[in-house]
Amino acid sequence: MDLEKSDLIVIQGSNFAENHPVGFRFVTRAQARGAKVIHIDPRFTRTSALADTYVPIRSGSDIAFTGGIINYVLQNEAYFKEYVLHYTNASFIVDENFADTEDLDGVFSGFDAESGKYDTKTWRYEYEDGLQGEDAAWQSRSKTEDAPAEGGSTTKGTRKAKRDMTLQHPRCAINLLKKHFARYTPEMVESICGSPKEKFLEVCQAFVENSGREKTAVYCYAMGWAQHTVGVQNIRAAATLQALLGNTGRPGGGIMALRGHASIQGSTDIATLYDLLPGYIKMPSIERGETDFAAWKKNWTQTCGWWSNWPKYAVSLLKAWYGDAARADNDWAFDYLPKNTGDHSHQPLFFTMKDGGIEGLTLFGQNPAVGGQNAGLQRAAMERLDYLVVRDLFETESAAFWKREGADPTKIKTEVFFLPCAGVAEKAGTFTNTMRLVQFHEKAVQPPDDARSETQYCYELGKRMKALYANSTDPKDRPIIDMTWDYESDDEQERKLGEPDVEKIMREINGFDIASGAHVKNFTELKDDGSTAAGAWIYSGYFPSPDQNLTRRRKGDDWVSPEWAWAWPLNRRNLYNRASADPDGKPWSERKALIWWDEAAAKWTGHDVPDFPVGKSPTFKAKEGATGMDGHDGDAPFIMQEYGVAEIFGVQGTVDGPFPTHYEPKESPVVNALYPRTQTNPVLKEWRRRDNPYHAIGDPKYPYIVSTYRLTEHHLSGAMTRWLPWLAELQPELFVEISPELAVERGIRNGDWATVTTARGEIELKALVTGRIAPLRLGKGRFVHQIGIPMHWGSQGVVVGDSPNVLPPLVADPNVSIHEGKAFTANIRPGRRSAAHEGPMNQDVPQSERTPLGAPQRGGKIGQAGAVESVFEQILSAQSVTAASTKVHDLAAYSSDIDGRDRTVNAIEDAHQFRDAAQMADDENATQNTRATPSRETQA
Amino acid sequence: MIDLTNTVAAADSDGYGFFTDVTLCIGCKACEVACKQWNELPADGYRLSGESYDNTGALSGTSWRHVAFVEQMDRETPADSRWMMMSDVCKHCTNAGCLEACPTGAIIRNEFNNVYVQPDVCNGCGYCVPSCPFGVIAIQPKYGTAAKCTLCYDRQKDGLEPACAKSCPTDSITFGKVSELKDRARDRVEQLQAQGKNVQLYGLDENMGAVGDLNAFFLLPDRPEVFGLPSKPVLPSTFQPAAYTSGAVAFVALAAVAWRLFAGRA
Repeated sequence: MDLEKSDLIVIQGSNFAENHPVGFRFVTRAQARGAKVIHIDPRFTRTSALADTYVPIRSGSDIAFTGGIINYVLQNEAYFKEYVLHYTNASFIVDENFADTEDLDGVFSGFDAESGKYDTKTWRYEYEDGLQGEDAAWQSRSKTEDAPAEGGSTTKGTRKAKRDMTLQHPRCAINLLKKHFARYTPEMVESICGSPKEKFLEVCQAFVENSGREKTAVYCYAMGWAQHTVGVQNIRAAATLQALLGNTGRPGGGIMALRGHASIQGSTDIATLYDLLPGYIKMPSIERGETDFAAWKKNWTQTCGWWSNWPKYAVSLLKAWYGDAARADNDWAFDYLPKNTGDHSHQPLFFTMKDGGIEGLTLFGQNPAVGGQNAGLQRAAMERLDYLVVRDLFETESAAFWKREGADPTKIKTEVFFLPCAGVAEKAGTFTNTMRLVQFHEKAVQPPDDARSETQYCYELGKRMKALYANSTDPKDRPIIDMTWDYESDDEQERKLGEPDVEKIMREINGFDIASGAHVKNFTELKDDGSTAAGAWIYSGYFPSPDQNLTRRRKGDDWVSPEWAWAWPLNRRNLYNRASADPDGKPWSERKALIWWDEAAAKWTGHDVPDFPVGKSPTFKAKEGATGMDGHDGDAPFIMQEYGVAEIFGVQGTVDGPFPTHYEPKESPVVNALYPRTQTNPVLKEWRRRDNPYHAIGDPKYPYIVSTYRLTEHHLSGAMTRWLPWLAELQPELFVEISPELAVERGIRNGDWATVTTARGEIELKALVTGRIAPLRLGKGRFVHQIGIPMHWGSQGVVVGDSPNVLPPLVADPNVSIHEGKAFTANIRPGRRSAAHEGPMNQDVPQSERTPLGAPQRGGKIGQAGAVESVFEQILSAQSVTAASTKVHDLAAYSSDIDGRDRTVNAIEDAHQFRDAAQMADDENATQNTRATPSRETQA
Repeated sequence: MIDLTNTVAAADSDGYGFFTDVTLCIGCKACEVACKQWNELPADGYRLSGESYDNTGALSGTSWRHVAFVEQMDRETPADSRWMMMSDVCKHCTNAGCLEACPTGAIIRNEFNNVYVQPDVCNGCGYCVPSCPFGVIAIQPKYGTAAKCTLCYDRQKDGLEPACAKSCPTDSITFGKVSELKDRARDRVEQLQAQGKNVQLYGLDENMGAVGDLNAFFLLPDRPEVFGLPSKPVLPSTFQPAAYTSGAVAFVALAAVAWRLFAGRA
């Protein structure tokens, strides 16, 4: 693993050791070689325990932290100049109509407050052809986020963007970046994140010292960055920093996206997401006008860069699915594909279900009654289905939602089919995990009784549907009739079980020449003329011939291990590794050599498979008007991008800004210190309904920040692990981690019951009082408390408990519609909860609050607080409330007394005193009365 | 007749054992689970202890690996805060207290130089329980016999490493020939000390007193007591000379008293 080659491993937004313990072996190996490990996290976790430095941070403030590092790097001119100049768009001059958040008080140019969306047309370069804003070609290419990402393409090759290689022009991307982050000073970071200034500076210095020609630093993240309304921008911030420091595409560098479930990488690759087809081909969308193949193709085929090959991959995919029925004269059966009409991700789906708009639901390896945010709503939604199919190892909470506490089975119409499924050792297949590594696993034993694999279920379902529609003459049934479905096993025993041959499925994914049937060895063999088929072009080459399943390989070495399984694309382990060599093709240093240009052989060579055209010389210059990969110079490593460079100014991709910007989470106890008028991501997706109520900014009823997370001992909703006595005994009960200070403030003793409350519901849990969580001091004087709750519990299994996901609201990042389970507000009190812990989630909402297909709401009104214009007043009043609600604690008095948990546990006397004091303070302040009785009643 | 109670000669003069490096432990408890699964041991109950992340508490007749969690959070100097995890196990002592105390000969030293309880010989007298200076061995409630880590005797017989070492993701637990493990441990100490870390080895180099070197030894980032390990473990036989001497003295004294009281009456 590449991590071993790092000189600095920074882990933020991830609990690496607990949630990826096997991958963590490479961190400890790097440490043995002398690498420094830094962990930045709201809690001191088992990862922090192994790190050399731990830095506390307020959950939801990561962009402020990473932006602060970017500012440090830019202010000190500590970036990797040669890399930045050649391999990023730092020198590109940005359109003069672009305006930054610094100019517009928290929003970028193009923001439409009414729709809550951006028009992204100013987020682009200034071009040499001089055509700007009103150019008709642009008008058609860029309107809002519903339009595809904009490149600089025209039909005649990439438009030349203006560059200033001296980086003097004020509108150079790097100068705009500098201006954007100029206020992210160490003091600002401390006041937003609560991270001590000196700790923050230690991280900055570590990054700078461990980047450059001789050294590399890696940034590791996981759900702690993703599950926010700024989830995508959290990661972009890290990408920007790593591009500036020259760490991307180099050994021991880059960004490590730690995948949290078995084969979750695989399920994005082979597209379980609503808006993707396999191989990151976007689903056709009616909103984007993709009603025929030509429109679809036009929107996604880049003029320059690797995505110029898009038609080959799209046509091969349609050939793989529909075989002979996909022909040039019928648009390759484009009409067979379902089309997106909006956001059909998990959250809109469950709102639609709640409103009675969905008849049936099939759950594979998912347990929304526990894993879904605002779980009470998700359970209530399932009551409104006609039927529910659950395939799982045990009867999960989702399969048993109709008999949960408070439910009346006589009033629930849903018919539930519970089907037993095979465990991992009872089926063959592949896992695609961290580093895009595809590993095959054999079936070790036959599954018991009627338990079968997921592939068997899908295969059987397909066979039966095909039989059902075989004689239909209705054109709408053609997709089922024409679907290729030839996976019958040649093994008699498997056939008896109905199990298909997974290697036949792999063959289809890999791709083959239709005439000869030969497997393709590389996606460069795929064609757009219908002569090849491939189910997912990025996997082409993983099964290059019938006797060569490369994902079965298990030969490792002490580094790249190219013969350990197979990584997409084409077994490249380090993406964009052209950047590991300088513009002339020589390694930046001997120590950090990965691939290089071999002048004698006239090709790229090295330890890894080059992620670059292998015969393309570093001195190659693109000709005027050239397209495809010929449109990129020989020193343009980022081959997927239109210009072949890393984009520190994001022209493509995100819908919420070309630069990451600090916004507060949807629910936060504090006001956005940088942009008081723009509290949250201005284009986030929300659902303003009474079954999804939000807390106001700084709501004194819900003063604490909650993060939900996972433990090593359990997996996800616990559907597998809470049923296993050996794992259940290791973490037997739902608990809440709180600091000794908060325990004293709320009168809660270690090991006792406590109740955590939000407007969505309340749960009871055991208190685990620990010094590993500390109150954070934001700037001068204001303290915030954070509480942590592992999300694994539910009502079914050997060990049971309330589900923490009853607490958070549904709200989403605008780019990928992920929820915000990592930062929301709540209250906590001693004792057990009330009976109705799911709140009012089961009530039908009036028609006026519903949206078609559960579409998210944006713009106009924000939250329940009123029109946009009044938000500032709301914030101001929230400010006064939060200022008053700040507990007057003498933290020093605690710290002198606390050197471990036990002593604080015995400090219950103190707790009573403090509670009395707090009560008195509350009584003095009428606005504070609600604190003493923190429950939903006062909220209603 | 086969003598079941005799110690078998070790296949290798110093045998096989564990080296547990506490600085590498991430507290994942995979060792606990792998041990219970392989040895078919039951779960011990489902109660949150409130003691850090440790919910199994201690080694027992049914928990043969146990991960201890030591939380030392320091509010005044947060940089000194530590959370240490240590996977504890039977030490397979050179001079084992349990073996010494066992009256039936159920506890033997096997061919791998491991201290092994023969479940079919043990009569459950429990003498071994207080004789272990580390509190390792215990009575297994279901069978009423003494039980502890077997160093996966059955796996070793098949040339496999014990389940816990196999499952350890960070190689905090390593299994092998004790002499080789000792070399590795000393190298690791050098490496860590060069990085400025304060660590020590526990259970080798003959500074353990009566129990001698341990076949399952540890690299610790702090004093042994921090992890609940005795720095000077004692054996029942440790007190033997003193016990005999005091017994003899008492006999003489009592005899003298008796002589004084009763000598004149005959």
